[in-house]
Amino acid sequence: MTTFTDTALTALQLLTELAPVLWSIVGRSLWVSVLATALACSIGVVLGAWLGVARFAGRDALLTVLNTLLALPSVVVGLLVYLLLSRTGPLGSLGWLFSLKAMVLAQTVLVLPVVTALTRQCVEDAERNHGEQLQSLGAKPWLRSVLLAWDERYALLTVLIAAFGRAISEVGAVMVVGGNIEGFTRVMTTAIALETSKGELPLSVALGVVLLSLIFCLNSVAYGVRCWASRRYG
Amino acid sequence: MFPLRLIDLRFAPEERVVLEQVNLELSGEGISVILGPNGTGKTLLLRLLAGLLPAHGGRIDWGGKLQPNGRLAMVFQQPMLLRLSVFANVEFALRPQQMTAAERKARTLEVLERVGLLHREKDCARLLSGGERQRLALARAWAMRPRLLLLDEPTASLDPSATEQVERIIREVRTEGAKVLMTTHNLGQATRLADDIIFLAEGCVQEHAPAQRFFARPQSPAARAFLQGELPWRITFDR
Repeated sequence: MTTFTDTALTALQLLTELAPVLWSIVGRSLWVSVLATALACSIGVVLGAWLGVARFAGRDALLTVLNTLLALPSVVVGLLVYLLLSRTGPLGSLGWLFSLKAMVLAQTVLVLPVVTALTRQCVEDAERNHGEQLQSLGAKPWLRSVLLAWDERYALLTVLIAAFGRAISEVGAVMVVGGNIEGFTRVMTTAIALETSKGELPLSVALGVVLLSLIFCLNSVAYGVRCWASRRYG
Repeated sequence: MFPLRLIDLRFAPEERVVLEQVNLELSGEGISVILGPNGTGKTLLLRLLAGLLPAHGGRIDWGGKLQPNGRLAMVFQQPMLLRLSVFANVEFALRPQQMTAAERKARTLEVLERVGLLHREKDCARLLSGGERQRLALARAWAMRPRLLLLDEPTASLDPSATEQVERIIREVRTEGAKVLMTTHNLGQATRLADDIIFLAEGCVQEHAPAQRFFARPQSPAARAFLQGELPWRITFDR
């Protein structure tokens, strides 16, 4: 019980004292995950919206593959990106391995199927309800996908939250391609894993609290925006 | 595009016959109203004409062509409005057309004024009342300057005042030269608007006649029964 209390108190101290070691890790985590989420969303929303409206041979098979990728283990993504970026890999010349860029790439690959699949579902439901009316006004699939994705923009906020949550909370991929180098590629999840294994629990707990608080704040903002949008736009 | 001919049109998904041997010829002027009991395929016929569904037999002849060579728009019973302003809900429908931004804006403002929604151009479309929503949907279709306007029970859930406003717009669209083909269950509305009546029952056209003659002397037993309010749901007629 004493250990638990001591750990909690030291973690609180780290948080309130704005310990540089803690906040540098938090800043790095945010930088990597926000960038990866932004990249994944910019590709995934477009792709998902198009898949929600377009009809073509092999679409069902493609959707099955896409849905399978939702359960992609993060260490497998890490391994794949590691192979791509390793000295002998096709992207080895970039020299990105064990850098933040490699971590952004790994998280983007990890999150892209989430954004694409959830956007596709959202837009496809909207297409089922409204597609015929847009079609009757002469809107071709590309215009329908843009209009419906825009119309569902507040629902897509949930997709963004899910994507960011997946990115910032994963540990396997960034560990493999980033190497968890102190002061350089160490992020919240890898730091928690390492510090816990070393028995340095206060920093792990403090980082855990920050991680949960971040997700909570983001969800609260998204919920607030959706409520406001519902009142403002119906 | 006209005369528009439906020749032996058939729609039978999974062998369940909904429309069969639909034969019809429509001129390019006036308002044609499709009447008939529920479930006889009135809306379906509009959707086939709008190209939203493929027919399973027969063909549609657009003035000697396989595809319509004029614009066509459809307004649904429950109009779909995007989470955008009233203005943007009309303007987007003009984007597929070759118009400049200035032309789109001018046309949008013009139709909004004509349907009495100009003062609400900046408001969110989804917050409009039922009657305003339907007027906006009509404005959106009208803005496209359609040669054929398909209306699926456009006043089904509106009060008499909103219905009157929508009917006024429909008359204006006709005056501008568009052919209007609409469905309704409102016999009063059909009397007020229709130039000719297409009576659909049992999945085929039972009668197509000028409105006055149809209401005064319906020729088919099904139409007579319908007008007297006696038509059972699934009656078998001698064909």
